[in-house]
Amino acid sequence: MPEKPAAPLIHARGLTKRFDTLTAVDSIDFDVAPGESFGFLGPNGAGKTSAMRMIACVSPVTEGTLRILDLDPATDGARIRGRLGVVPQQDTLDTEISVRDNLVIYGRYFGLSRAESRRRAGELLEFAHLAERAGDKVEPLSGGMKRRLTIARALINEPSILLLDEPTTGLDPQARHLLWERLYRLKQRGVTLVLTTHYMDEAEQLCDRLVVMDKAKIVAEGSPRSLISEWSTREVTEMRFPVGVQETLGDRLDGIGDRIELLPDRVLVYSDDGEAAATAVLGRGLVPQTVLVRRSSLEDVFLRLTGRSLVE
Amino acid sequence: MAVADVPGLPQPHRTGDAVPRPSPLAGLRAAYEHQWLLYVRTWRGSIFGNFAQPVLFLLAMGIGLGSYVDKANSAAMGGVPYLEFLAPALLVSTVMQGAVFEATFPVLAGFTWVRRYHAMFATPLTPFAIAFGQLAWIATRATLVGSIFLVVIVLFRAAATPGIIFSVPVGTLTALAFAGPIAAFMSSQRDTSAFNSIWRFGITPLFLFSGTFFPIEQLPAIIRPLAWLLPLWHGVDLARSLALDTAWQDPLVQVAHVVVLTTFAVGGAVAMFVMFRRRLER
Repeated sequence: MPEKPAAPLIHARGLTKRFDTLTAVDSIDFDVAPGESFGFLGPNGAGKTSAMRMIACVSPVTEGTLRILDLDPATDGARIRGRLGVVPQQDTLDTEISVRDNLVIYGRYFGLSRAESRRRAGELLEFAHLAERAGDKVEPLSGGMKRRLTIARALINEPSILLLDEPTTGLDPQARHLLWERLYRLKQRGVTLVLTTHYMDEAEQLCDRLVVMDKAKIVAEGSPRSLISEWSTREVTEMRFPVGVQETLGDRLDGIGDRIELLPDRVLVYSDDGEAAATAVLGRGLVPQTVLVRRSSLEDVFLRLTGRSLVE
Repeated sequence: MAVADVPGLPQPHRTGDAVPRPSPLAGLRAAYEHQWLLYVRTWRGSIFGNFAQPVLFLLAMGIGLGSYVDKANSAAMGGVPYLEFLAPALLVSTVMQGAVFEATFPVLAGFTWVRRYHAMFATPLTPFAIAFGQLAWIATRATLVGSIFLVVIVLFRAAATPGIIFSVPVGTLTALAFAGPIAAFMSSQRDTSAFNSIWRFGITPLFLFSGTFFPIEQLPAIIRPLAWLLPLWHGVDLARSLALDTAWQDPLVQVAHVVVLTTFAVGGAVAMFVMFRRRLER
């Protein structure tokens, strides 16, 4: 693991991006330390991708401060990009050339010699489980293989920071888990990861620290665990009542747990002891059809911050 | 499963002044190299086409049609065999068409469906390197196609004088006069709808009425200025004058041709760079 110097690799204050009248990112502050894995979590259109594009030095900052590797993207964009690895949301692989050539030519973009680029391409193909497909064209590869190739390509310059914009969107569960495992290995070895996602499980798996974005602003920040303890309870009891009963519940559950959410199809009770909450409900003579006690997740935090419970 | 070791590990984190500066020239070279990589996959079919097209055109137009023209003993052709009149002009027109193709389809693909340019821009490559890497490749292709055409012309004994050699650089200059402006325009497009219009209403009429097959003096007087405005006629007339060794008769006209072609080429290249930057930096 690299030493942790005081200076953050990414430093943003009042960072803003406007397109004509639309404000995509509205004055956000954050820092990313070396070796950290940092996430932007938020619904579609929250401004995650715009923030990522500014960090990737391909989108000029409208307002505010952004320093990456202690350099200014406005004047040293190409220099910073030389130290980044980028996994974009939409594949940008060259479908007309082979898997290996995709890596080798990318290495050339970073100024590597042909021999060095070929050597690294060989190693990365092993890492991405693509060695057997090295000579194949990109087009027939599965979605998971293409993503792994994109990640391998992003590593060819041994980047200081790896940027991943929704890395597993559209993949099947097997492909997602293989990708997470590869990313986790990178993280263990000290690569600084910055990713965006709207998958809660992905954020919990991969992020040391994350910010929740909603409507172009940061609405919460912390580790997955601290966000859960700050914005939710330890456990959630989910109950479904027979048709007819659900509508009459009204205030009959008041006082149970820390917080109660009445949804059209079920009732959520937030508390530190889900079993006890369920027992208390039964004690009031209410018999749910199904009861599920589960640990609170980032999804609960997310919905509370960006979704339905903000409305109440 | 055995744990694969992790390549691509970061170097010790360097920040500020310690971050290396990438070389702009290396970037330009890498963007150009990518084009070669794409070309070598299909070069056999492509080279065959580059030979076959001039052979067919020179057979049908130069020898087939030409035998009638020569019988009529037309003075409009300057008293030379039609094949010799046609050959340098056809070279320039063919090279121009190839360059237009290279400036439309691959450019649109680079921005929209293959997204090659976006991949390049995620690296130290600048819009400058991306635009001029593409343009340098178009110039290379033009020179290659022109050289093959030249070989065919010589094999057909269609060369009036050794001045036919100049048709190749004139062809490349004409190619650039078209490629820059068209690539600039294509980089503002989201789909192929403009693509067909460019060919149907632009390139094909231009090919037919820019003095390649007959002197533009044969065109109605109202249309003639149109041929002067667009760069193809300038390339055709320049290449023909050099090939037939008549350039010395009116040297100022030849200089004007070069000036027009260069203006289009340089203006187009600048426009292409500006448009590429606008599309990439959003």
